[in-house]
Amino acid sequence: MNVNQPTPMASPYGQPQPGYGQPGYAPLDGGYPAPYAPYNGPASAYQPGAPPQGPARGPPVSGAPPVSAPQPYNQYSHSRGDMQNGPPLMTQAPPRPAVPQSYNQGAVNLSGGHPSYSQHYGPPPSMQQVTNQMTGMQITSGPPTPAGPGYGTTAYSAAPPPSYTQAPPPASSAPTQPPPPSGPAASQQYYGGPPPPSQQPFNSSLPPTSQQQFTSSAPPPPASQQTFPPASHQAPAPPVSQPQQPFPPAQPPFSSAPPPVSQPAFVSGPPPPAQGSFPPRAPPPSSQPGSFPPPTSISSGQYPGPMPPHQQPPPSQPPPYLSGPPPSGVQMPPTSMAQSNHLPPGPQGPPGPPGPLQQPQSQPGMQGGYPPQQNGAFGQVRGPQPGYAGPYPGQPNYGAPAPAPAPAPPAQKRLDPDAIPSPIQVIEDDKAKSNEPFTTGVRGQAPPLVTTNFQVKDQGNASPRFIRCTAYNMPCTADMAKQSQVPLAAVIKPLATLPPDESPPYLVDHGESGPIRCNRCKAYMCPYMQFIEGGRRFQCGFCSCVTEVPPHYFQHLDHTGKRVDCYDRPELSLGSYEFLATVDYCKNNKLPQPPAFIFLIDVSYNAVKSGMVNIVCQELKTLLDYLPRENPEMDSVVRVGFVTYNKVLHFYNVKSSLAQPQMLVVSDVSDMFVPLLDGFLVNVNESRLVIESLLDQIPEMFADTRETETVFGPVIQAGLEALKAADCAGKLFVFHTSLPIAEAPGKLKNREDKKLIGTDKEKSLFQPQVGFYNTLAKECVAQGCCVDLFLFPNQYVDVATLGVVPVSTGGSVYKYTYFQAQADKERFLNDLRRDVQKLVGFDAVMRVRTSTGIRATDFFGSFFMSNTTDVELAGLDCDKAITVEFKHDDKLSEETGALMQCAVLYTSCSGQRRLRVHNMAVNCCSQLADLYRNCETDTIINFFSKYAFRGVLSNPTKAVRDTLVNQCAQILACYRKNCASPSSAGQLILPECMKLLPVYLNCVLKSDVLLPGADVSLDDRAYLRQLISCMDVSESHVFFYPRLLPLTKLESGSLPMAVRDSEERLSKGGVYLLETGLHLFLWVGANVQQELLLNIFGTPSFSQIEPSMTNLPVLDNPFSQRLREIIDSFRAQRSRYMKLMVVKQEDRTELIFRHFLVEDKSASGGASYVDFLCHMHKEIRQLLS
Amino acid sequence: MATFPEYIAQNEERDGVRFSWNVWPSSRLEATRMVVPVAALFTPLRERPDLPPIQYEPVLCSRATCRAVLNPLCQVDYRAKLWACNFCYQRNQFPPSYAGISEVNQPAELLPQFSTIEYVVQRGPQMPLVFLYVVDTCMEDEDLQALKESLQMSLSLLPPTALVGLITFGRMVQVHELGCEGISKSYVFRGTKDLNAKQLQEMLGLTKPSATQARGPQTAPQPLSNRFLQPVQKIDMNLTDLLGELQRDPWPVTQGKRPLRSLGVAMSIAVGLLECTFPNTGARIMTFIGGPATQGPGMVVGDELKIPIRSWHDLEKDNAKFMKKATKHYESLANRASTNGHIIDIYACALDQTGLLEMKCCANYTGGYMVMADSFNTSLFKQTFQRVFTKEVQGSFKMAFAATLEVKTSREIKVSGAIGPCVSLSAKGPCVSENEIGTGGTCQWKICGLDPTTTLALYFEVVNQHNAPIPQGGRGAIQFVTQYQHSSGQRRIRVTTTARNWADAQTQIQSIAASFDQEAAAILMARLAVYRAETEEGPDVLRWLDRQLIRLFMFHLRRSPFLQVFNNSPDESSYYRHQFNRQDLTQALIMIQPVLYAYSFNGPPEPVLLDSSSILPDRILLMDTFFQILIYHGETVAQWRKAGYQEMPEYENFRHLLQAPVDDAQELLHTRFPMPRYIDTEHGGSQARFLLSKVNPSQTHNNMYAWGQESGAPILTDDVSLQVFMDHLKKLAVSSAA
Repeated sequence: MNVNQPTPMASPYGQPQPGYGQPGYAPLDGGYPAPYAPYNGPASAYQPGAPPQGPARGPPVSGAPPVSAPQPYNQYSHSRGDMQNGPPLMTQAPPRPAVPQSYNQGAVNLSGGHPSYSQHYGPPPSMQQVTNQMTGMQITSGPPTPAGPGYGTTAYSAAPPPSYTQAPPPASSAPTQPPPPSGPAASQQYYGGPPPPSQQPFNSSLPPTSQQQFTSSAPPPPASQQTFPPASHQAPAPPVSQPQQPFPPAQPPFSSAPPPVSQPAFVSGPPPPAQGSFPPRAPPPSSQPGSFPPPTSISSGQYPGPMPPHQQPPPSQPPPYLSGPPPSGVQMPPTSMAQSNHLPPGPQGPPGPPGPLQQPQSQPGMQGGYPPQQNGAFGQVRGPQPGYAGPYPGQPNYGAPAPAPAPAPPAQKRLDPDAIPSPIQVIEDDKAKSNEPFTTGVRGQAPPLVTTNFQVKDQGNASPRFIRCTAYNMPCTADMAKQSQVPLAAVIKPLATLPPDESPPYLVDHGESGPIRCNRCKAYMCPYMQFIEGGRRFQCGFCSCVTEVPPHYFQHLDHTGKRVDCYDRPELSLGSYEFLATVDYCKNNKLPQPPAFIFLIDVSYNAVKSGMVNIVCQELKTLLDYLPRENPEMDSVVRVGFVTYNKVLHFYNVKSSLAQPQMLVVSDVSDMFVPLLDGFLVNVNESRLVIESLLDQIPEMFADTRETETVFGPVIQAGLEALKAADCAGKLFVFHTSLPIAEAPGKLKNREDKKLIGTDKEKSLFQPQVGFYNTLAKECVAQGCCVDLFLFPNQYVDVATLGVVPVSTGGSVYKYTYFQAQADKERFLNDLRRDVQKLVGFDAVMRVRTSTGIRATDFFGSFFMSNTTDVELAGLDCDKAITVEFKHDDKLSEETGALMQCAVLYTSCSGQRRLRVHNMAVNCCSQLADLYRNCETDTIINFFSKYAFRGVLSNPTKAVRDTLVNQCAQILACYRKNCASPSSAGQLILPECMKLLPVYLNCVLKSDVLLPGADVSLDDRAYLRQLISCMDVSESHVFFYPRLLPLTKLESGSLPMAVRDSEERLSKGGVYLLETGLHLFLWVGANVQQELLLNIFGTPSFSQIEPSMTNLPVLDNPFSQRLREIIDSFRAQRSRYMKLMVVKQEDRTELIFRHFLVEDKSASGGASYVDFLCHMHKEIRQLLS
Repeated sequence: MATFPEYIAQNEERDGVRFSWNVWPSSRLEATRMVVPVAALFTPLRERPDLPPIQYEPVLCSRATCRAVLNPLCQVDYRAKLWACNFCYQRNQFPPSYAGISEVNQPAELLPQFSTIEYVVQRGPQMPLVFLYVVDTCMEDEDLQALKESLQMSLSLLPPTALVGLITFGRMVQVHELGCEGISKSYVFRGTKDLNAKQLQEMLGLTKPSATQARGPQTAPQPLSNRFLQPVQKIDMNLTDLLGELQRDPWPVTQGKRPLRSLGVAMSIAVGLLECTFPNTGARIMTFIGGPATQGPGMVVGDELKIPIRSWHDLEKDNAKFMKKATKHYESLANRASTNGHIIDIYACALDQTGLLEMKCCANYTGGYMVMADSFNTSLFKQTFQRVFTKEVQGSFKMAFAATLEVKTSREIKVSGAIGPCVSLSAKGPCVSENEIGTGGTCQWKICGLDPTTTLALYFEVVNQHNAPIPQGGRGAIQFVTQYQHSSGQRRIRVTTTARNWADAQTQIQSIAASFDQEAAAILMARLAVYRAETEEGPDVLRWLDRQLIRLFMFHLRRSPFLQVFNNSPDESSYYRHQFNRQDLTQALIMIQPVLYAYSFNGPPEPVLLDSSSILPDRILLMDTFFQILIYHGETVAQWRKAGYQEMPEYENFRHLLQAPVDDAQELLHTRFPMPRYIDTEHGGSQARFLLSKVNPSQTHNNMYAWGQESGAPILTDDVSLQVFMDHLKKLAVSSAA
């Protein structure tokens, strides 16, 4: 919502904003719909249910009617429901149009203010509503009474106050409220001013924030407004209005409206009035408004409800959060969602919006390009708007009703989860609008989300598969950046694998003199270099230095100043390409040798007993034929070597001329060396017989071993020394089982001490136990020795320490706790295969150059840095991403934007030295609103998680968590303060493209690293911490917000639409697939139909399902086939193989599964989404006050 | 009574003992005036095929400080079944098993002809022989191939129960595990880091005893072998293959560098391995090296080729920076090995020096062999190595292990020390003199490796005071008790008891003078000189020697490589001295004064003076310097040979003449250990220098005899001739007398 608002603000509502608001909304709607779908019933409920039934969240799931309880929610839900339901949407659509109109009207009236409102509305609704609700709910409990007043005063105020105690404010707000009435109008007016446009926007919704607002407003206006007014309450309206508050009038209404409505709805008592109001709303909502309003209303409702009650208690607000917030949050989200939806739509068809929007909405509910966005946005927005209108009337209601009901409601009723921004909605909306290939030619254009399948056309900027930025419109000045607190970062995956339909970067050879570069900053030739003086010189886009063009590179310019050969040269026309490096770019000025792979296998008792040794040896026999190569026609030039070890090391001479392998034992581990040179690293084809003989013998030789002690440091040293001796780079594959306690360098002791958790010393558990490995890592990097570690621990192995070298050398850590050959073989082997086969570069150095004005200041990932600019990676594979943070050191210009060039110098797996260059240009803005409009939440979360997970090394975990929350609150508060239209503090306004920030952030905060459950081992935490550090955005996204698919019905060609990660979304009669990128669960409800069980498991009985299965039985029915296809495709998407775990409802293993339902409260104390949203809202409000 | 020469020969034949004086002056004062001390060359295991070992243990004197063995010189009271120790006069009861003893039924040890007797100890387990090969792999492929073949061949010479082990080294040191199926295993060690026995034991995983013991007695009868040392019969094939697969050290050697050779660590590991597995058991570490140690402890030269290995010149200038450290390293190894009764052999085959100077103590302290050759691909090495495994009639090796020699003396005489391949056991006792000569201060020495010719020089001191005359006819007795491990695995004790008459120097100077054994004395003094040369500064030794004087021998000794380092590398000197210190008298004599035979049509082969005048054109000369066998064809003979007369039937006699020295040389070659360098040369040949450097330069370019004379060949040298030496000596003698 906020977002939306801001946009609106920015432009004034009208135009620019549209984008914001609408997008936001749209998503919401979309998201909601899904959830709603189930609720469909609720939709209807809205109207009816809303009032009385309201309280029950029921709505979400079944009880549409019960849902009604949530009525407020319902309303939202209604909208949602509508959305979901094809039909409802339709209905909504119609309303929307109406609404828009109304808005328009209203807007018109308001004129000046309105626009903003409208925009606000758009945004606000979702956000605000949510927040409102949140606040209201949580806070409310206490404040209710005050809230009441508050509401009375202004919906906005009401909301805030209630939730937070501001009962009084409400009063003030009340005054505002008055405006609200006008406000609504205003909003409408705004819209109206923009109205027509706004509506259109709505339709287009996307375009302007305003649109969203419009939509929101729009809807309300029509029926909704009217209804709203009554419903006003319609929280939606209020919320919207609130955000817009600037448009006080509007907001007030909204707020007021919502409160009442929602409250009523929620609360039984107060509801009545609200209900009353609601009903009206309901109607509107039912139509378009329905959707919109609901959100708004929800928020409002919640707010009101909770607020009043809570407010009084407010002091306790925090607690309320938990309880209250959720509700509010819930509602809020929807709105925001809606907003987001709006935003998108806005852009698209600002003008036409209204109509289109409606239609779209109606049509797809979610589906329509517009629909999704618009729908969501509109519906909600509209809702809100209507609400606004209503609010006024409602407000009073709120005040009154709120108090009483509020208290109760808060506790019982919370924000309707369906009303808060839904990740699913956002994802689906984005998918829906990304039909066209994404072209990278336009500067500052945010790419589709990582969850969306899209094709990329490189037109001068790097593909989002290589680089994703947190913001595609950077603030021009450091002050702005500081004010907004939005992290400026890019997640770079330099060697990312591209889909088959996109061509890999071209290889450019500039001849013996090497790549052409700027004389001063050394940036490589790229599309940003401006050729001047007829092509004889070029000016660097980064530092503006003018450099002579070498004669062999000279080319004439055409009339536009472009080189004639521009399109013949990748480096002049593409965002990503590679240069062939010359000898000057090589270590010691010597062309590199082909790299080598060394397999180091633990053969201690545990390793042998678990079957690991046997499995590895068997697998290597075939795997060695699949060593990475660039030309599939040729044999790989990678050489291999083998080492086994326990507390001594065994090297193997597998020279092709030998009749049998030779084993060389090095027991002097204190001062490691490589005992042989010739015959250790060999070509697989030449030495095949000897290698096979060796791999056959290793398991036999150690079958009876009783050695339990292992070393670790010397193992890596051995590999390193071998590479040194062979003078090449390479990769070590270490298969290790236990804590290295044998006497040797790098010896460790067991320091697992759970008592330290939660104390200031907790950080020490993440730090390496000894400094040895840091030094070793440095040496490895210097040699280009990358280490991949496969762990098979049965107990604590100190991943924090063992992982130091892999993490610093660009390697990976794989962990198979309690490895059992039977159950884990497949996962391990698939990981191993992939790890061995994947393309990898060695001895890499990455440097990020930027335009003058910003600078890459911080880096996150698996690498080593010996200075502040060069990222050194002993190995860099296609799955590794590096997150780079930028800071201003000067001003940027809006004209030129900000350029960045990431150059990676590396040795390819064929031994060729290359430079891969990725260029990225983003816009620069002097308005905060522009910044907030072009952010990517997934990337921000990626950055935040890496930032936080690194923070635990040096700070208490709690401090890290607080910092995160604080920064997010600041981001949102800044938006609220500077971009959103003024509105009641009680409204939570989220920027359209950040409306998922709270939910995702909560997931980060709840992660095992930051908030471990009692059963999470230190190793697991350290492991995850390291794992996240090199994840790209799509991996981190699914890691933090797992994908949950209902499997009741499967169609070929498309996946069922995901549902939100909450237990509420699970139906006892369903089967669900949950994917986190690391785990794969198949959850089976207790009441599943026999037929489904038969199709999946081949057994009709729930009790006969074998929970230990790791793969589904191969059954000859379309369902089974499709399901297995889906699972396979999921596995193929991720860099690590996911073992399937079948979870039966009510089984013990369900606990594990529930851990991944991240919207719910976690066993370790993590807040539910709703609770957290309320908490965020409170934080924001505190910042604002 | 037979003449002294006969007596001496008989004594040597029977007991392997030759005294410098065979009648001893009866007081300390007189003894010191004799200049040449009372001393003996003793060959403990002199071959006595006629001596059956006795299957019981010796009877010892019951006095704790004496413990002498019952011998023919003891007085026996057959009725009381008592015997009196002839060293301490303690009266001892015969053990019960001697109950049947009587004047007509005497045990062998009481019979006079058994002054040397050998007992077999029945107690204790039979110990296996252990052979540990330590092989350098930094050498040319050709050399390595030859070495591998020699080693493989040697396996067939070992008794099937003997344990063998293999350590190879280059840049790294590899201890090979034997008897592995399907894969060959070895433990590798850095060549730059020394390890003590305990570390080594852990690293080789040989610390299992605790584990196996813990597991109970079922595995108790552990065979006396481990993964690294296994019976030949078991791993014959395996080891043969292993040796066959040995490759040249694969680490690259860049231009201008020496290969990195971790000899010091390799030997250390060999010593350590045996130390922790077979302490006090006969074992032979056979080290084959193709060059100097260039890294790690014991390195004698850096790997930069431009810096040559130390020369005598460097040593004099104190310019050999690695020498002291290296010597210390090898000395400590030698001491460890000798403490455990292990032998270290060094077979060094390289054109340049290999560091024998630093390593000499390894062989010298442990009784190991030191062999020096140009290449492993020479018959010199191959034959010598093969000869190590020579067997006696009964089929046992002619080598003995882990011996201790104890000397017991009558009260009037004490032992001052020993010079030879032995180390002190620091056993104090009543018969230990305070005057140390050689390795002194003890009456027991350890000789880890013995063969039938190993000879020690033992020096005694007469301690009887002038005022305590010894009764007429008194005899001084010395008993040598040698305990050793026979190559059959038995423990044996050989006891030699000898006695010599005392004589009053003032009244019986004639008989004392007559009893002087010039040869023995020469060698004894030479050993002393060499010992001093090794431990003191060179010139002083010569001056000391000049004061002692034993005429001819001394002339040659002064010129010999044992004292003169000119023209010899430090390694060569060490090698020559090593051989000199362990060979028996005959061989030692040859070393000092080479033997020269002349073959001509004028008569049968005859020994001729080692003088340049012996070099005549129509003669073929055969010179035996112990280290070299040289055949020299005179100018005319050489021309004839070149003309091919020997091919013509009518000149068959010439062919015979040519053949005669060759046949004789072959005979010498066959019996000599180590195998000498065989040189066939002629007048004007470059190799003739070996001859010319040995002969007495009676005719030189600046010598009046030289010019215009037909006989002899002038030697271009500034060395003084014997004539000049003698003249000078006479002058000196007179002046000193005055």
